[in-house]
Amino acid sequence: MNRDRTLRIDRIACTGHGLCAELLPELVALDEWGYPVLPQAAVPARLQAHARRAVAACPVLALRMEHTPR
Amino acid sequence: MNTSAPTATGVAVDTRLLSGWYATGRPADLTDHLRQYGTPPVTAARGNRHSAALIRALEAAGLTGRGGAGFPTAQKLRAVAAGRGRAVIVVNAMESEPASHKDQFLLAVAPHLVLDGAVLAAEAVGADTVHVCVPRARSTQHWQLSAAMDERRRACLDAVSLRLQGLPHAYVSSESTSLVRWLNGGEARPQGAPPRSHERGVGRRPTLVHNAETLAHLALVARYGPVWFRQAGTPDEPGTTLVTVSGAVAAPGVLEISLGTPLTAVLDRAGGPAEPLQAILLGGFAGVWLPAQHLGTPLTRRDLAPLGAAPGAGVIVALPRAACGLTETARVLAYLAAHSARQCGPCRLGLPAVAEDFTALAAGRADPALLSRLRHRTGLLPDRGACRHPDGAARLAASALRTFADDVERHLTYGACPAVHRPPLLAVPPAEPPEAWR
Repeated sequence: MNRDRTLRIDRIACTGHGLCAELLPELVALDEWGYPVLPQAAVPARLQAHARRAVAACPVLALRMEHTPR
Repeated sequence: MNTSAPTATGVAVDTRLLSGWYATGRPADLTDHLRQYGTPPVTAARGNRHSAALIRALEAAGLTGRGGAGFPTAQKLRAVAAGRGRAVIVVNAMESEPASHKDQFLLAVAPHLVLDGAVLAAEAVGADTVHVCVPRARSTQHWQLSAAMDERRRACLDAVSLRLQGLPHAYVSSESTSLVRWLNGGEARPQGAPPRSHERGVGRRPTLVHNAETLAHLALVARYGPVWFRQAGTPDEPGTTLVTVSGAVAAPGVLEISLGTPLTAVLDRAGGPAEPLQAILLGGFAGVWLPAQHLGTPLTRRDLAPLGAAPGAGVIVALPRAACGLTETARVLAYLAAHSARQCGPCRLGLPAVAEDFTALAAGRADPALLSRLRHRTGLLPDRGACRHPDGAARLAASALRTFADDVERHLTYGACPAVHRPPLLAVPPAEPPEAWR
């Protein structure tokens, strides 16, 4: 069963590798210095597998997917 | 209930925290304090996991934090009281906002009111330790507070242990997570990720961090009750608040006002405008520029929200028509950029970029792409840091572009305005990184 999920970035941990934007361009953009911008944090069901891959690929474990707080 | 409540003694309804100061004109030592207020009602405040009379009184009073965020005090106490293990109280007296002096003033003239509040909060949530956090650079304040604590110790007044802590002074070191991190042996920089301090803070114990002024109000609610507290302010936002008024007013300083007082009336209490005003800086360096046409607005969160403003830490700086709002903003942004904790990329890189663009705009050195670049970069600051520092800087920058829109046009077309040679209005500390974080 798919639950509502949200992307969260640990801004202190993030060093701007940019892999998340490459693996999940639908949800993650980069600013001019290569740090992620999330226009919307909610992850649609069809992108959850992609999002999980992006979370796993982050070299500093700064990207997380969490249950959307109600 | 004590009948010597400040209103019952004939003092104005909006003079509470500062009533002793107005009556005597000198700082209240412990003897003065006890004569005016009696001993703190600790037995009545004492709580357990399930109930605390003081927390209920604070809820009925509707007291909210006076440090800037305006969070309901009772809710904070309840969360800490429900935590696992002995709680810890942290008094946030860092007042890192350069245009704010209210906590320094309050601690100088009525230190025992703040300390009473901390001790009462400790009793309510079952804490055994109170850490009073001040910047170590303020040596006079440090010395005065240490003397006040010695007085209480000699009088065997408190059952909890009071400890004075001197922290490094940076704009973001007054963030509650910075205090917790420093008290745990780390650097006084904001901590982004959970755990939240009220669950696991100082020494992994539930930790209540409160602004100094909030605790002074708490000490009065504990004595005089919620009905008394609500005699000042508005039904939604009751009580009084301290404000620091500076800039182009005849008598700048710290004032106590009822929440809901119109901004013009606040300026009048500070002697009135010294020359025609174009705007005020409201809230602090992370606040907004409010155009003079809105000065009839009452000082409450509710009335200011539609204007994108908030009372913040109670900072009001009057900007005269002859001054250049863009130049003043550029100086503040340069300072805020220098005081980034440099932990998060968007703040470390984005803030200096915004500050540089603003400096170029103010100095009349703008390239054709500047304005759209500045708006874009400002828009990318909020919600992308571990703390709210970049959000505050973005709010100030965006409000300056709005409020001084005509000046922006003129600076882009004709270059810097003559006011650029005026002496600066805002007292902005040097735009240099803090000397230390530990």
